[in-house]
Amino acid sequence: MQTSAAKDRTGAPDPALSVRNLTIDLPADMDRAHAIQDISFDLIPGQILCVIGESGSGKSITANAVMGLLSKALKVSGGSIRVGEIELTGARPSALRDMRGRVVSMIFQDPLSALNPLMTVGDQIAEVMRAHGVGDRASRRARTLDLLNEVGLPDPALMIHQYPFRLSGGQRQRVMIAMALALEPTILIADEPTTALDVTTQAQILDLIRDIQRRKGMSVLLITHDFGVVAEIADSVVVMEKGKLVEQGPADAVLKTPSHPYTKRLIAAVPRLTGSDRVPPQGFASAPVLKVEALNKTYRSGSALMGTLRAVPAVRDISFQLAPGRTLGVVGESGSGKSTLGRLVIKLLDSDSGRIMFAGQDIAPLGEGEFRRLRPKIQMVFQDPFASLNPRSTVGHSLTVAPIAHGMDPRSVRAEARALLEVVGLSASAYDRYPHEFSGGQRQRVGIARALMFKPKVLIADEAVSALDVSVQAQVLELLDRVQRETGVAMIFITHDLRVASQICDEIMVMQKGRMVESGPPSQIFLHPQSDYTRELVAAVPGGQAEMDGARP
Amino acid sequence: MASFLLNRLGQSIILLLIVSIIGFTVLNLIPGGPLAQYALTPGMTQEDMDRLARQMGLDRPLMVQYFDWLWRMLQGDWGTSYRDGQPVVDVIARHLWATLLLMGTSMVISVGIGTWIGIRGATHRYSAFDYVATAGAMVALSIPTFWFGLVGIYVFALRLEWLPAGNMYTIGDGSFADYAIHLIMPSFVLALVNIAVWSRYMRSATLDVINQDFVNTARAKGLTERRVLMKHVVGNALLPMITLAGMQLPNLLSGALVTETVFTWPGMGRLFLDSLSYSDYPVVMGLLMLSAVLTLLGNLIADIVVALVDPRIRLA
Repeated sequence: MQTSAAKDRTGAPDPALSVRNLTIDLPADMDRAHAIQDISFDLIPGQILCVIGESGSGKSITANAVMGLLSKALKVSGGSIRVGEIELTGARPSALRDMRGRVVSMIFQDPLSALNPLMTVGDQIAEVMRAHGVGDRASRRARTLDLLNEVGLPDPALMIHQYPFRLSGGQRQRVMIAMALALEPTILIADEPTTALDVTTQAQILDLIRDIQRRKGMSVLLITHDFGVVAEIADSVVVMEKGKLVEQGPADAVLKTPSHPYTKRLIAAVPRLTGSDRVPPQGFASAPVLKVEALNKTYRSGSALMGTLRAVPAVRDISFQLAPGRTLGVVGESGSGKSTLGRLVIKLLDSDSGRIMFAGQDIAPLGEGEFRRLRPKIQMVFQDPFASLNPRSTVGHSLTVAPIAHGMDPRSVRAEARALLEVVGLSASAYDRYPHEFSGGQRQRVGIARALMFKPKVLIADEAVSALDVSVQAQVLELLDRVQRETGVAMIFITHDLRVASQICDEIMVMQKGRMVESGPPSQIFLHPQSDYTRELVAAVPGGQAEMDGARP
Repeated sequence: MASFLLNRLGQSIILLLIVSIIGFTVLNLIPGGPLAQYALTPGMTQEDMDRLARQMGLDRPLMVQYFDWLWRMLQGDWGTSYRDGQPVVDVIARHLWATLLLMGTSMVISVGIGTWIGIRGATHRYSAFDYVATAGAMVALSIPTFWFGLVGIYVFALRLEWLPAGNMYTIGDGSFADYAIHLIMPSFVLALVNIAVWSRYMRSATLDVINQDFVNTARAKGLTERRVLMKHVVGNALLPMITLAGMQLPNLLSGALVTETVFTWPGMGRLFLDSLSYSDYPVVMGLLMLSAVLTLLGNLIADIVVALVDPRIRLA
């Protein structure tokens, strides 16, 4: 995991990038004075330095400061950023522009939005060279083809004419990397380059970055929130909290023997791939509360008349059953049909065929009117805690509006809502406040409280912790576990993160392209996977192997 | 693409039929009718009136009149004007180019200035320029066009005597310069509202794009701020504007009623107004169908252009 350069400190090469006492001010009315405060670190040539921290830690601002791409509201108020011999703070905009793409390149988090939708891949890569006056049309084209080849994209001659929307997330990220490499920069900054990608793609992109870094002897500054990525790729680590640098050192040392309490807490909070099974809550009936049999759903678009019919099977022949107090994890990559499955069970979507046995009857064929009576008993917690609460409603209103609409007594509903807010770890005073006054984790607690208002029998959590920082993630998982032990609610936990699934699930179902590939307890899925696809998924978990080998604290 | 066009053509035909039915019916519901003007002619008897009605075919049931009109229309016969007995096509053609000149000029002005104001307002958001532009747009939108027209005439024609108060050309002159000087005031008055609309849309479209990740990517590539703006921001921001421009197309030919009236511009707007007051059914129906066709055509062209520019959209 360590490159030779990391160990080879004897020569003490001049740092490729040196940040000294860097302080960046926030606008006056923010909750703290500095975006980052008194940060110092060195990026050694030929090394990968990971800057890790939770949202709001200032890690992305650090990266943008190096690129000279800070938004206008932010001002560097002290310290220095040196690339080689050149001081970047206070440099003229034209000088900074000249550095960008030539000496320092950057790749971004979301490859879906980081490419201009109206330009071909080839044009976007060639544009870097054009901007710096390198080569002529023909030579730029040749170089673009080389680059596409180098980042492992198939058929460069064809790829050069493609528009970004035709490529998968992983392919787009490869295009971004090709663009960043065009002028052979000495420093590559990668801001959460794999966060938006599926695990298997994530592993490939990390491999590519490391491979290229080694071949070119580049220095990489990689921003991440994921200790798995750090374990996988970093030579050294900088840990940031609320704009301050709390710890730095070689990756191994920081991961194995963290010294700062924040680092310790962060590492402890990282969901780990456990191979051990969960001890299910006791004292609940073992008869299944929900039984799904041979469920199918195909998305259709276009019209048969015009001959443009497209049918995408999203859920194919899925069966499972779920007992009270148990959690079924549904894992898979994007497009595997796991979210569709959740929506079918809660009847936000109608299934094509199959049975959903709940409360003694098949709910699959029920119309909206007939199902309404049962709807309160199956509830959902959504992924995005920012989008799933009405910003114009108080928390109390969001919690009580549905039960009251279902004819429950308003007074007791309100009392119940206050009580539930306490249960999910908020205070009853949250009742009168608006969603924007809460953090992401707190909002997700509100979302859980909202789902629990009806005392549901089944709770569907669709990526319920994916948008949260790890430390918050751990708390929310704990909350879900506690709620389940207290109420015996059965849970379908949909996630792309195998580590999270391994924490909370009694049984895990692996889905691929709408089909169930494998299902079993975590010990089977993670230690003795039966299918190749599951094996591939487990192997791709960043830092996964290290954890399973017990190499981690 | 072919099936898309076929599909749209089918839809358009149905729409046009519906428009023509509604137009024809409503027109005949208006009290008075084309014979009302003859009623006041001295020496007019009821018999004369009936004879006229028979000659013009107005004594037949409305259904029959409609299908007769439709059948002729399909054969390319738009009918003759009740007012001067000239073919409708000729009447329209005579007014068309005056409107085209006025609307075309005004559109070029409004799109040019509006786009510029919109982009600058977005890139310099909450600056003095942005506030002035926003307030200016509100003023331009809330004050009726004829008021601007009258104030313009008062200031530039009566007081300063820089520009003519109306008409398209001076009788007996008709040189290019003469046309140009007559064009200035009506086209700017007309453009005022469109600049306001266009700049507001452009501003919000630019703001939508300006914070997108690919704009940051473009900067990270080391592009100049100018190229980032022109190529990556404006290129994407103009996409939704194409649809807006398509919706403006019918205005280009159907003219501006108020402005043409204020400046006595002999365009389609005034033709429509005059024909309505004369109950000149054939001309009114002709204008109605023309603007319906143009509306559909404008939308269709916009859809096709968007598909050509935006690779993500394929017409199927």
